Amino acid sequence: MSSVAWLIPALPAASAVVIVALGRKMPVGGAEIGILSLATAFVLSLVLAVEVFGANVAATTSGVGEAFLHTARVELAPIGAGDSIFAGIRIDGLTVMMFLLVTFVSLMVHVYSLGYLHGDERFTWYYAVLSFFSAAMLLLVVSDNLMLLLVGWELVGVSSFLLIGFWWELKANSDAAIKAFLTTKLGDVGLVVGVVALWGQFGTFDIAAITAMVGDGVQAGGAPLDTGMLSFALIAFVLGVVGKSAQFPLHTWLPDAMAGPTPVSALIHAATMVTAGVFLVARLYPLYSAAPAAQATLAVIGAITLLMAGLLALVQEDIKKVLAYSTVSQLGYMVAALAFSYTAGIFHLFTHGFFKALLFLGAGSIIHAAHSNNLRDMGGLAKVMPTTFATFLVGTLALMAVPPLAGFWSKDEILVEAAAAGGYTGSLVLVVGALGGALTVLYMTRVLYLTFAGSFRGEGHPHESPRSMTGPLVALAVPAALIGLVNLPVEAFQPYAFSAWTMFSLEYWQTHPIAFEPAIAAVAVGLALAGFLAGWALYRALPLGDDDPARRLGPVSTVLAEKYYLDRLWTDLVTRTIVRDTAAPAAVTLNDEVIDRAVAGAGRATVATGRRVYDDVDQRGIDGVLHGLATSTWWSGARLRLSQSGNVQLYAGAMLTGVVVLAIVFAVGEVS
Amino acid sequence: MAAVYPLIFAALLFSVGVYGLLSRRHAVLVLMSIELMLAAVTVNLVTFWAIAGDALLTGQVFALFVMAIGAAEIGVGLAIIMLIYRNRASVNIDDADLMKY
Repeated sequence: MSSVAWLIPALPAASAVVIVALGRKMPVGGAEIGILSLATAFVLSLVLAVEVFGANVAATTSGVGEAFLHTARVELAPIGAGDSIFAGIRIDGLTVMMFLLVTFVSLMVHVYSLGYLHGDERFTWYYAVLSFFSAAMLLLVVSDNLMLLLVGWELVGVSSFLLIGFWWELKANSDAAIKAFLTTKLGDVGLVVGVVALWGQFGTFDIAAITAMVGDGVQAGGAPLDTGMLSFALIAFVLGVVGKSAQFPLHTWLPDAMAGPTPVSALIHAATMVTAGVFLVARLYPLYSAAPAAQATLAVIGAITLLMAGLLALVQEDIKKVLAYSTVSQLGYMVAALAFSYTAGIFHLFTHGFFKALLFLGAGSIIHAAHSNNLRDMGGLAKVMPTTFATFLVGTLALMAVPPLAGFWSKDEILVEAAAAGGYTGSLVLVVGALGGALTVLYMTRVLYLTFAGSFRGEGHPHESPRSMTGPLVALAVPAALIGLVNLPVEAFQPYAFSAWTMFSLEYWQTHPIAFEPAIAAVAVGLALAGFLAGWALYRALPLGDDDPARRLGPVSTVLAEKYYLDRLWTDLVTRTIVRDTAAPAAVTLNDEVIDRAVAGAGRATVATGRRVYDDVDQRGIDGVLHGLATSTWWSGARLRLSQSGNVQLYAGAMLTGVVVLAIVFAVGEVS
Repeated sequence: MAAVYPLIFAALLFSVGVYGLLSRRHAVLVLMSIELMLAAVTVNLVTFWAIAGDALLTGQVFALFVMAIGAAEIGVGLAIIMLIYRNRASVNIDDADLMKY
């Protein structure tokens, strides 16, 4: 099965091409091709999961063997120094987990969009880009070397740009797309630096080879491992993670990216693209565990992000922006978790992908009914939209980490691992994580009250969304509720659990068991309960606008409303003052005064040389020779033709003279 | 050796022909000069045959050939002269200079 695993990214890629070529002529505008290809990819992923997870479970139960790993590659281009760029696939537990998440959520989004984008004039194009995005994301997770991973990473960025700016007729939307693209690109600089640094240190792009070398404590040429250099590369990677996974301080693009269609937000900005950074850290986890400095960076950035974004979610009036900041906050949990534990980080990634996609699709359903993103225009929707309400509630409870829903298990694991790690970073993540849990409950309680309680404040008569939209909601509610159970922290279950499925090495699995701490769980649940009570007390009366308690905190409210002035930092200081007022004029001056002149000078010199060559070499030299030849031929012809007098007797005389001369010559020759 | 006399005679005859060919302007006289040269050749053929004593009479036979050719040549030559005369009302060969450059 793993030999045809390349089909999983190839199918959506092919479907994107087919949709562009034939989509308009299809009965459903190409959507059926996208859905079919994603459904096939999902089934293939399931089959692959059975094989890979089964192999891993066999290893953990028996205690022998190694984590499943299948790689295959074809050479693309030799790059000297004995190395080449390969197109290679790597199938292991992490890849298959991402396959399951991406193909399932993408399939749900494909189906859901049938209703959400029904009648849109660029319906076919939407499906083509959606499939293209899925292919890019699957390529990113399946690649076995950093170079191909970088390609997938950038393709994901491009398709995200296309989808955020899908309704580009509104300037705000295309601005948001450009902002998202450029902000993540800033982080990608770090990623490229990291890839090059790792190549310089290990002489290869191959992840398995680099991991093996780090495991042996060596680098290229067998020299002992330079941990400082490795930390440098890994912290450069963290910059890429900060950009792609919307971590502090580059998270500002994600809330703006809500300008895209809501199903796109569910797919890209909840379940898949923003998890690419987390995935990257998980993929390179053996490297990170060899570089404590890089791990500490992860923990600090994650902790700052999860608290900061949780606070911001409290003051948003746009339901999608609440979810966006919530996503940033949850991504902070994942990044911080990866500082301590591989399993905790990717388990939260896995569960969050399901319940956050559910929440976004639920928000899309609400927006579809209320014709507004704004919480002011909602209210009382629980009665008219029962399916949406029920599924949204499931997603919210999962996000709030209410036991036994998905979010509880994964978030609890993060706190336990942070506590077990101890030290400054462990304590920081434990405290901030627990507080963040209370914040999560608070802002989600607010959303629930403002959306579903009371009476409808908007215009028109909201009604439940079509089947194609509620169907995916129900289908996502099931994993959102139950998926946490696959990693139950019970010792006897561990060899069969998620931690075993996705392990990258048997030794790591054996030395890092998943634990359950009743005390930490109790504190977390207690804080969540406190958050809920606070939410009930504050938002029961449905405060809006200036009544909102988060807006009555004086300077604190201003700071939150200004999003910690980070947008001002990037937009006003960096973009306007530094780039527009300083760097750009300098660049213009440099361009006009130096580069343009050099280019113009080179141009003039070339023209002058050309003129000289034309005049002297071509006209005088070469033409002169040819003219001379012609003239001399003409001159000699004019002389020679005088002999052609037409006088026959002259000819006869000449002939006779010739004969006489020849006769004399022969006679002399005969005599001598 | 008596053969020298006919040879000297033939050489003189040829020289007269050459002189006539180069100096005369009248086309008919030029043609006659050519006939003198041919006659000189004929004399030579007969003389050398007499010296060699060939049983097959080769020299005599060739002499007859040359006469026949001379007759044919006179036929063609006079016809050309006739045509030139008709076209130009002149048989002066200096006037027949169409072939110059």
